[in-house]
Amino acid sequence: MTQPRPVGVPILRLGDVLVTGLLNELDDRAAIAFTEELTARISAEGARGVLIDISRLEIIDSFVARTLMELTTVSRLLGARVIVAGMRPPVAITLVELGIELVGVETALNPEQGLAALGWRQAQEPLGGSRRGAAR
Amino acid sequence: MSTSEAAVREQLTRALQERDEEIADRWVALQLEQALLGTDISEAELREEADSLIDALVPGLESDAPAERVVTSHPGLHQAVVGLSLRRARSGATPTATSLAVLALKEALLKAVQRETRDAEELFATAVFINRLLDVAGALSFETYVEGREEIIRRQSQQLMELSTPVVRLWKQVLAVPLIGTLDTARTQIVMENLLQAIQDHEALVAIIDITGVSTVDTAVAQHLMQTVNAVRLMGADCVISGIQPSIAQTIAQLGIDLSTILTRATLADALAAAIKLIDGPGPGGDEGESR
Repeated sequence: MTQPRPVGVPILRLGDVLVTGLLNELDDRAAIAFTEELTARISAEGARGVLIDISRLEIIDSFVARTLMELTTVSRLLGARVIVAGMRPPVAITLVELGIELVGVETALNPEQGLAALGWRQAQEPLGGSRRGAAR
Repeated sequence: MSTSEAAVREQLTRALQERDEEIADRWVALQLEQALLGTDISEAELREEADSLIDALVPGLESDAPAERVVTSHPGLHQAVVGLSLRRARSGATPTATSLAVLALKEALLKAVQRETRDAEELFATAVFINRLLDVAGALSFETYVEGREEIIRRQSQQLMELSTPVVRLWKQVLAVPLIGTLDTARTQIVMENLLQAIQDHEALVAIIDITGVSTVDTAVAQHLMQTVNAVRLMGADCVISGIQPSIAQTIAQLGIDLSTILTRATLADALAAAIKLIDGPGPGGDEGESR
């Protein structure tokens, strides 16, 4: 069900939301390629929301953090809202200690809640699983 | 080893073997007399300590090591001194009392040797030898005492650390951490790790940090709190701080610490109410209802 991509990360389309994830072996080149591909897809398919699952990432360095922040800004310019879901506790601690607060990036506990925030609601649950990201 | 020293050792060994009872008695009596014990160690225990140390002295003297190193190089003797000092440290005796107690053995030994010989030269040589031998023991006992105390302190702070950082589940998807005492880097680290792990495990949406029991807040503590809150937000959950005492609120205002991005409530109950409201949905305004 997933198509092979040059970056190695599939980007799935669910309605007007793009769903993707990052793998642990994310080097700088792959991060750049990922950003380019994702922004191209957003603009080509007119996506309204983007969910990035990062539960596989065991480390986020300053470069990946910056990439995420830039991606958020770029997507917003293209009319899409980005939610980063599933950050691991050690990653959060490291980021905070490095003083990287992912300014402007919205976060969610898991993909399910992220999707809920983007408008994909479960039958009985009210909208509002979204948790805002770090300091706005 | 000079011949005179060999003679002294031999004499000392003989005294130790023949008069061990007497030496032990005198040593115990000296310790009791000088009131060096500070705490209630029974006479029987003292006697036992004395016997084991004196027993260890004989094989120690048989070794070739120079007088200054006999105590440190002979394992049995070393062990006896260390054991004695550790016991004293644990029972709360002062370090001075502990090393003086070890040094009191000098007098007991010398008395025993005096019974054997009246020759001034010989006695002097023996006294010098005993001094060299046991001064090291005194120093060793002091050192051990300090180490023993440090170990107690380490263990206690470890226990304190474990005690002080529980994460409790207050409501569906609401966790709370009651903080008590002083916040430092190490504790904040543990609180943060426990909290984030619990958030992941329980899929919690709101974490309440209750600082009712925190006595003082300075810039460093505020910094730690901000870090924790930011980490919680990175995970995708919300954070509420409750239980800020009036005096602490004043301090925070005076220090100019900016906690305005953090949702705060006066009591844990208020914070729980706020948390439940956050979870039950922001209402028609979508996410805007969550703004703080």
